[in-house]
This record gives sequence, structure tokens and C-alpha cells, in this order.
Amino acid sequence: MSEDFAAKRAGMAHGWLVRPWHERSTQVFLFSVCAALALVTMLHLALPAGHPLHVSAYTVNLLGKYLCYALLAVALDLVWGYLGVLSLGHGAFFALGGYAMGMYLMRGIGERGVYGNPELPDFMVFLNWDRLPWYWHGFDMFWFALVMALLVPGLLAFAFGYFAFRSRVSGVYLSIITQALTFALMLAFLRNEMGFGGNNGLTDFRELLGFDLRQGSTRLGLFIASGVALMFGYLVCRALICSRLGRVGVAVRDASNRVRFLGYRVERVQLYVFVVSAMLAGLAGALYVPQVGIINPNEFSPLFSIELVVWVALGGRATLYGAVIGALVVNYAKTWLTSAMPDAWLFVLGGLFVAATLLLPQGIAGLLAQLRRRKSAKRDEDREALT
Amino acid sequence: MKLFPLPLFASSGARLFALLGLCACLMVVILGQQAHAQSPDDAALLESLGTGSFNDKSEAINSVAASGTPRAGEWLEAMLDGRLQLAGDGTLVIVASTSGRSLEARAALDGAPMGTIERRELKRIPINNALRVQLRGAIATLDLSAEDPAVRRAAAAGLFGRVDDDLVSLIEARLEGEEDESVRAALERALALPRLERGDVTAIEALRGSQDNAVRLALTRAAQSGDAQMAAAAQQALGEIERRAEINRWLQQLFFGLSMGSVLVLAAIGLAITFGVMGVINMAHGELIMLGAYTTWMLQQWLPGQPGLAVLLAIPAGFLVSALVGIVLERGVIRYLKGRPLETLLATFGVSLILQQLVRTMISPQNRSVVTPEWMSGSVMVIDGLSLTLNRLYVMLFAALVFLALLAVMRATRLGLEVRAVTQNRAMARAMGIRASRVDLLTFALGSGVAGLAGVALSQLTNVGPSMGQNYIIDSFMVVVFGGVGNLWGTLVAGLSLGIVNQWLEPWVGAVLAKIAVLVFIILFIQKRPRGLFPQKGRAAEG
Amino acid sequence: MKPLSSLIQRDRVFDFLKPRESPVDVRHGPILYLDEVSVSFDGFKAIDRLSLTIDDGELRCIIGPNGAGKTTMMDIITGKTRPDSGEVWFGTRHDLLRLDEPQIATLGIGRKFQKPTVFEALSVFENLELAGAGDKRLWPSLVARLDAQARERIEETLELIQLTEQRDRAAGVLSHGQKQWLEIGMLLMQRPRLLLVDEPVAGMTEREMARTAELLRGLAGRHSVVVVEHDMGFVRSIANKVTVLHQGRVLAEGTMDQVSKDSRVAEVYLGAPEEELVR
Repeated sequence: MSEDFAAKRAGMAHGWLVRPWHERSTQVFLFSVCAALALVTMLHLALPAGHPLHVSAYTVNLLGKYLCYALLAVALDLVWGYLGVLSLGHGAFFALGGYAMGMYLMRGIGERGVYGNPELPDFMVFLNWDRLPWYWHGFDMFWFALVMALLVPGLLAFAFGYFAFRSRVSGVYLSIITQALTFALMLAFLRNEMGFGGNNGLTDFRELLGFDLRQGSTRLGLFIASGVALMFGYLVCRALICSRLGRVGVAVRDASNRVRFLGYRVERVQLYVFVVSAMLAGLAGALYVPQVGIINPNEFSPLFSIELVVWVALGGRATLYGAVIGALVVNYAKTWLTSAMPDAWLFVLGGLFVAATLLLPQGIAGLLAQLRRRKSAKRDEDREALT
Repeated sequence: MKLFPLPLFASSGARLFALLGLCACLMVVILGQQAHAQSPDDAALLESLGTGSFNDKSEAINSVAASGTPRAGEWLEAMLDGRLQLAGDGTLVIVASTSGRSLEARAALDGAPMGTIERRELKRIPINNALRVQLRGAIATLDLSAEDPAVRRAAAAGLFGRVDDDLVSLIEARLEGEEDESVRAALERALALPRLERGDVTAIEALRGSQDNAVRLALTRAAQSGDAQMAAAAQQALGEIERRAEINRWLQQLFFGLSMGSVLVLAAIGLAITFGVMGVINMAHGELIMLGAYTTWMLQQWLPGQPGLAVLLAIPAGFLVSALVGIVLERGVIRYLKGRPLETLLATFGVSLILQQLVRTMISPQNRSVVTPEWMSGSVMVIDGLSLTLNRLYVMLFAALVFLALLAVMRATRLGLEVRAVTQNRAMARAMGIRASRVDLLTFALGSGVAGLAGVALSQLTNVGPSMGQNYIIDSFMVVVFGGVGNLWGTLVAGLSLGIVNQWLEPWVGAVLAKIAVLVFIILFIQKRPRGLFPQKGRAAEG
Repeated sequence: MKPLSSLIQRDRVFDFLKPRESPVDVRHGPILYLDEVSVSFDGFKAIDRLSLTIDDGELRCIIGPNGAGKTTMMDIITGKTRPDSGEVWFGTRHDLLRLDEPQIATLGIGRKFQKPTVFEALSVFENLELAGAGDKRLWPSLVARLDAQARERIEETLELIQLTEQRDRAAGVLSHGQKQWLEIGMLLMQRPRLLLVDEPVAGMTEREMARTAELLRGLAGRHSVVVVEHDMGFVRSIANKVTVLHQGRVLAEGTMDQVSKDSRVAEVYLGAPEEELVR
């Protein structure tokens, strides 16, 4: 443990953004992600389709999806693990980012839609709308959509957090109203009049930046992009955590009153971290949508938001890499179970919630750390025995 | 059967006299009836109903109605429903129902049972629409001569809007002989429409405030008529009707709001107990509600044909089932997560998923509908133009009872006292010898049981399905948070006001936006008053 | 005493490290001034028209039975609780009722809680670092790095509170007494003008208590210190002036000897017939 603190202090000598590069844990994490990306790419490209080790385009696509979930989990872990704010509405930020990207992809369909309208997406033609709503303008440009995918969740988080943190709503209260927030948004997006395709959402996408979304190479590209985004998100979170602001965040988590009496503006710290986290969630959503090919109000459902909490809980709170592990493990299990035993999935998910809180409060990451500690203790013993 | 307080008659002679009198009365009634039923006039009348053209039948109906024969109502009603049928031997029979291969029949003339008759041996007496209208009018006027003023009043009220020129003279004749004031008023009202049509200004008086569409139409026509006096009077009456309608709409909305609010209170109050007392966020609360609803459904499966009894039995059963599940939940999960509210939230959410899936696999993923017993279906007309559905009224009543019972438990029982003590200062309560963990368990069981009661009530309003609990959990939390944690009155006020606000907003902006508006309102409200409407104050509460 | 005086001297050297807010104006009177302050919770008067002044550089002890309103008074001074009526001034320039907790803290009022409150997940060193005087706004906190001077100050404080050995251990594993000390250290790092210290010696051994007394006495003069304590021996060892609170108002004020001779104080502490207590 003391090694860790020493490392942190050594890092302080550098600019806040490069600090995490000097941490061993970050280095290991970045290396693992890079290696995984490279391995999957190689197995996908180099091996013929019939080869037992070949990774199909379908699997690449699936893994890309998981990586988006992992980024979302990292974003949640930032606020839950390091700030003590359990958001049950992070799915909303994810979905908003997804809708922003979906709108770009929708505009990109152009005349190839069922109704062949160059301007209006199909569902608007279907609803007899004669022109594009004002908020759909600009989404024909990729950069604009990308900026919005970050900005809209950020702004929502800012508006929500500004009021919530200022009046010191915390703990379960905050969790419940974040859940109400995403529930309200789901109801809103289910309405056709909102102009986001209602129940069906946005789908039938064709291409992204001129690349056909159905092509294997595009999927591989998106998979790699998701991996890079995950590393980026991890670095941003790590940099935040290593700064004094990050330590104030942890202090807020454990004793927010004390922090206030030290002269810090607790609500601003919370707001800042919350907004950063929401933007990362938006980024994850933006990358997720082109890979799954659809975005609908389901992503706003309270169930999804709370499900992603269990990824973090199972992986291990306040570790970041634990969140990544949790997201990958749970989603892999979900993919496997929903096809093998569809009825069993909700039992397993429910069981995971109970097990993660009752039996594994530290999550998988905690388990790993315990194993490591036991091993090093054993090594010390062995060494002592030798001398 | 004790008709006379016999000891009042002092002498035995008087007693004897009284007895004899009684017997004589009975005899007269019985004999009179028999005599009447067998009168040859009746047979002729009856026969005239079954034969001839529609015009002949029309006359026959009038003469039956005018004859005063006691079976007239039965005949006419049977004729209207198509149950008056001609048997193979040429006699008229009345069948119990018109569906099925063989029908249970009795003789139309004297009501003697005739067993079942094959349907193909029977021939329905045909009627047309004009006859149908006439029959209804005739049936209505028949009751005008009933003994009981209440029956007469109902008959007079039923005539409203159906009075045609033929009936007018008939009713006017009745009006002459009528002594009961309220029956007279009803008859006047029934007559007012045709009188208005004929340009009688005084008729408007009787129509004031009526919510009937026909009245509105007639008055609108009258208001446009050339007669200035008539037009002005009609205009004024219309204004009054409009105002009354406005009030009715408002009352109707209030009723629906209160109904929705009482559902919210029912759903939330169990949560208010567990959340308020133990600080436990029970995300499985919605599923405990669902279990209560399924208990009702199950009991109805076990007791076919007695839905009412099943619903009544479901009240204790639903409470027990949910309370038992609550106990298991508390002992198995929540107990180990004391003081970690966020973890409790997650674990109970997991339990809610398991319970839902359990119902899905063990019963069915489809919705089940619970039968509403007869005494709970239908509606009551409170005032003209305002009718309230009975099942909602019952649920409101039930919610009020549950609330009062809980209040009583909290205020007047040992458990309530201990619960309040533990809420206010857990450590101190324990030091006083209160077994806090036992109080926790009982409290949780109580809160869960109340959720089961909410489920029983909900089963009468909506479909019962595995995910029905999900629809209520967020709303319930909103109610609890809005009302102030740990405060039953706060929950009541919050639930009712949220229900009313929601109903009030709905016609303006639509159901979904109303819900969103309410959610946004609460989110903003919590910012302003994080401890709800009725917060617990003081240092202990700040901790 | 020695490490403490060196610390205080350093105070003088690094003037720029003092809070940048407008200095507290104490030329025309006391540093803390409470006038007719009242607050009630659900009808219960926790503080009842309380008036109190603390002079600059004074060390004041406040005693009183449980429920006398000591902690509530601190809540009011630090902005946690708003009184129903009355005035609270810091110096003659700052109306504390217009400020919130961080503003009051930045102005130079430090507070130690009754229950030692340290950041258990952070190391002792980091606890002190966060407490350190410095720019506590968002961006500066994000890019802040520890310079040599700040590091040195932390090291000195560590020595002062005798936690140098535990500097890299998580604060959560410290003993109760050590946590108390760490919190006092955090207060010192804040360089406050006024310290509000709630039960500083609870859970301490005799030796630790003696050392705490020494520490607090050393602080007086340069800082104003208000100590709330139950331990009479401890109060006697540090206090010049003692204020006795009872039922939300000042019952007596004076030196320890004067106060302990006061018959009303004796009644309150030793128990008295009920009607007299009411009066």
C-alpha cells in the first residue's frame, strides 16, 4: 500500500494529465487492452474463416459492444466508486449519446430509405411530417453529432447535478431521483411527437463516414475505436482520480461534511466529476449505436441503468479496471445465457445482484487483490524460511 | 315471522280478531291474484300480444299496459327481450334465456313452470324498432302505478328523454293523480322536453341543471328560436347546465385523482414504513405488491364461481403471503446489509428480478385478469351526470381503512411504540432493552404485508402481470420522498395530491407528459426540500 | 512546545500562505460575536437567546451538561445550522449568517467534530494535504501539485501530531486517539484564525491528553480557540476562562474557580429539584 502512495506522490511532480502514465496499474491496463485489440484483429484478419481460432465478424462486433459497455461502466465507477454518487440513471447519458449518433446515421440514410425522402428519416415521413424539426439540423455532419453526443449528456448532467448537489441531495435519495430522471426520459422518448422515432427508435442505418456499417472491416474499425475510447476514458478517469480533486472526491464520498468545513465546495466537485462521467457515458453510447445498429428508448429503461450498476459492483467498485472486468463478464454471460437458457438469465442477473452485495462486496477486483496479497505473503514466508 | 306485537292486544277477543283480520287480508291477496291470473281478459290480452301485424301488436301493447294486469310488466319485458315465445301448441311461454339448444320455459299466462323445451319448437314473437321504443315506454309507465313511491320515482326518472306525443297524455293523466312530491317533480321533468318542443317556456324551469344531452340539444334549439322570451330563458338555462357540467367534470377529475392517489398511497405506505423506519430501500416492494395481486388471482382459481369470497379471503391471504416473503427477504438479505443503503438497494433489486422471473416461469408471462365481484362492479350515480365506478370507490375505502389501521398500529400498539423508538434513536432504543433486530423484522413484515394488500386492491383495477410491480415502484418512491420519510400523514398527503395533480394535468397534456411533469416536479421539489413535505427535524435526523 | 513554536514562527515567514480573503477585522472588538441567537427543533429550543463573545487570541472552554446546546452552537458558527433569530459576526466585517460552510472555513474558522472525522480511505499524508491552506477551487485543485514548502509543512504537522510513522497508512486504521490528533493536525493545516474544537480528548490516554492540552495552549494567542469538553480535569488544565451553557443559554462565565463556586452551576451538574432546573 505504501508503494502506491509513494507512486502517487511521485506522479504529482508532473502535469495532471500525464500523471496516470507513471502508474504501474495504468500501464498494465493499457497494455492489456492494446494486446487484446491486437490479438482479436490478428485472429480476425489473418486466419481463414474455417480455422478454429478464427474470430468472426460477428464476434468482433459483439466484443466492440462489450467495450462500449466497459467504458460506460468505467464512467459509472468514477462517480460511484470515487465520489459516492450512485447514479441509477447513467443509462440516460449513454442513450443520449447514442441518440446523437443515431441521428447522424439516420440522416446518412438519405434517399435509400423506404420512402426515399432525401431530407426526412422514414419515421417522419410515416408520421406525415413535412419538414425536419429544428433539433435535427446539423446532424448531417459527423463532427457535430460527435460533439452533441458529448455535450447533450454533459448538459443534462450539469443541469440535473447543479440542482441536486446544490441542495445536498445524496445517498439513496439521489439514486432514486436519477432513476426517476431516466424513467421520465424513457417515457418522453417513447412518444412519437418527440421526433426520435418513438417506440421503434432509430434504426436501419447504412453507413458511417462513408463506410458501410454491414462490412466486416467497418465493424473491426469500430471495435478498435471502442478499445481506444475505453483507454481514453480510463486515462481521463485515472488523471482525475490522481489529482488533488480526485482525492477531494474520495473525501466527499467518505465524509462530505468534513470536506465542506475544510473550505472545499463539495457541490462543485460533485458536479464536475458527474459531468465528466456523463460525457464519457455519452461517448460510449455514440460508439455503441453504429455497432448494434439501433437505438431505442429501451436504453433509457431503469432496468438497464441498474443493470450496469451490477457490472461495477461485481467487478469491484472504485478500481476502474474492476468495472471493465465486470462489464465484460456480465455481458458475456448475458449473451451466452439469453441464447442457451433464456428463462434463466433474469434469475442469474438477480442472483448476481444479491451475490455481489452479500458475498463479494469488493467484487472480482477485491478477490484478485486478496489472492495477490496472499501470494506475496506466502512468498515472504518462503523467503523467511530460506534465510 | 312476527307481524304484530301480539301482547299489545289486551283481551283474547281482540287477539282473535286481529288474527282473523290478518288471515282475511292474506286470503284476499292470494285469491285476488289467482282470480286475476285466470281471468279470461288476461288470456285474450296475452294472445293479442302474440298475433297480428306490428300495428296490431302496438295496440295490444297499449291495452296490456292500460289493463292493470299484474303480469303486464313481465310480459312486456319478456317481449322486449325476445323471451316471449310461441310454443308448438300455440300457447305463449316465457323462456329464461334465449341462448342454448333447450330453453327453460314457463307459461306466460300464469307463470307455471313448464320444464325445458327444445329451441326449434319455439318461435319468437317478432318486434320491430318502433315496438321496442313503445315497449320501453310502456314498461316505464307501468311502474308509474306501482305502490312504492320509490319505484314510481325511478320509473318517472327513467321516462326522461323518451316521452313521445303518445305518452304525454298518459303521463299527464298520471301527474293529476300523483301525490308524492318527488314523483311529481320527476314526472314534470319527463314532460318538460316535449312541452319545450311545443314552445312552453315554463318547461325550462324543470330542466335546469340537467346533464342530459337531449335537454342540451332541445335548449340549444329553443335558444335559437324566434321567441325572444323563450330564447333568453333557454340561454340562461344552458349557461347553468354548462356550469353544472363544468363542476361535474371537475368532481369527476377529483374522483379519479383521489382514486389514483389512494392507489399510490396504498402502494407507497408499506414503503414509507420500511424506508422510514429502517432506512431500507426495498426495490422488491413492487414485486410484493405483485404477489398480493397474484394471491387474489390464485384464490379465484381455487374458488371458481365465488369471485367475491375470493377477493375477501385475499385480503388476509395477500397480507400473509407478502409478509412471509418480506420476512425471508429481511432474514436472508437485508439483515446482512445493515447501514449500507446503496447495497441494500442493489440486493433487493436483484430479488425483485428473481421474483418476477419466478412468476413468469411458474405461472405465465402473460397478464392474468382478476374477476371483479358483482357487488364491486358497476357504478353509482351520485348526482345527475356524475357517476362513480364502484370498484374505485371500494379501493378508496380500502386505502382509507389500511391507512387508519396502520396509524392505529403505530400509535397505539407496543410494536408501534418500539418502532418509533428505533426510528428516532436506534442505539438508545437498544439500550432500553428493545430488540431492534426483532423490531426490524416485524416492521419489514408489516410493510411487506401492506404491499400485499395494495396488490389485492390493484387486482381490482388493473391486469395482474409479472411486471406490474415495476409500474409502481418509482411512483411509490416519489410519494415517500415527496411526503417526507417516516411520516405516514406525509405519505397520505403526497400520494393523494400527486394523484390529483396527475389527473388534473392529463387532459391538458396527455398521460405521458403528465407523468413526466410530475416526475420533474418531484425532482425539483427534492432539490428545494430534500426532506420532503413533512420532514423530521432535529439533530438526530441530521445524522 | 518546541516543535509548536517553530511552526508558529513559520507562520510569520510564509504570510502569503494565509487565506487570501479579506482579513478578519478585529481592531474594534472580539473575533467572534454571538448576539441573542435562538434556534429550535420541532419546538425544542436547542439554543435560547445565546450571547457570547470570544476575544482575539483567547482560549475559551465551553462546558455544560448534555443537551446544553454546545454542538448546535458550533453548527451555527460554522454555517451548518441557520438560527431562527440573532446575529453571528466574525470580527466586525463578516456576518457569518450570510455565508455557507466553505466560505466560513476559507475565512479562517476551523472545526473539529465531536466524533473524529477523517478521510479513512486516504493516507494520513493525503488527509493533511487536502486540509492544507491553498486554493480550494475546482481547477486549482485539479492541477495542484505539492511544492516543497507545502510538503515541508505537512511533514512538520505530522511530527507535531506524532503521526510521521503512519504518514502513508490509511487514516481508517488509526486508533481513536490518533484520529483525534490527525483531525487537529488537519485543523492546523488550515491555518484558521478561530478553532472550534469539540471534545478533543475523548478516547485519549493521560499522556495524550497532556500533550493535547499543551498543543491547544500553544495555539492560543496567535489563534483563538474554543474548546468544548466534558473532562473537567482537562478543562482546568487549559482554560483561563470558562463558559457554562445550560438549556441553550449562558449560565455562568469566568475562571474555572469562579465558575465551580457558582451555586447554579453546581445545581446543574450535581442535580437539583426539578422546579429549580426549570427556573
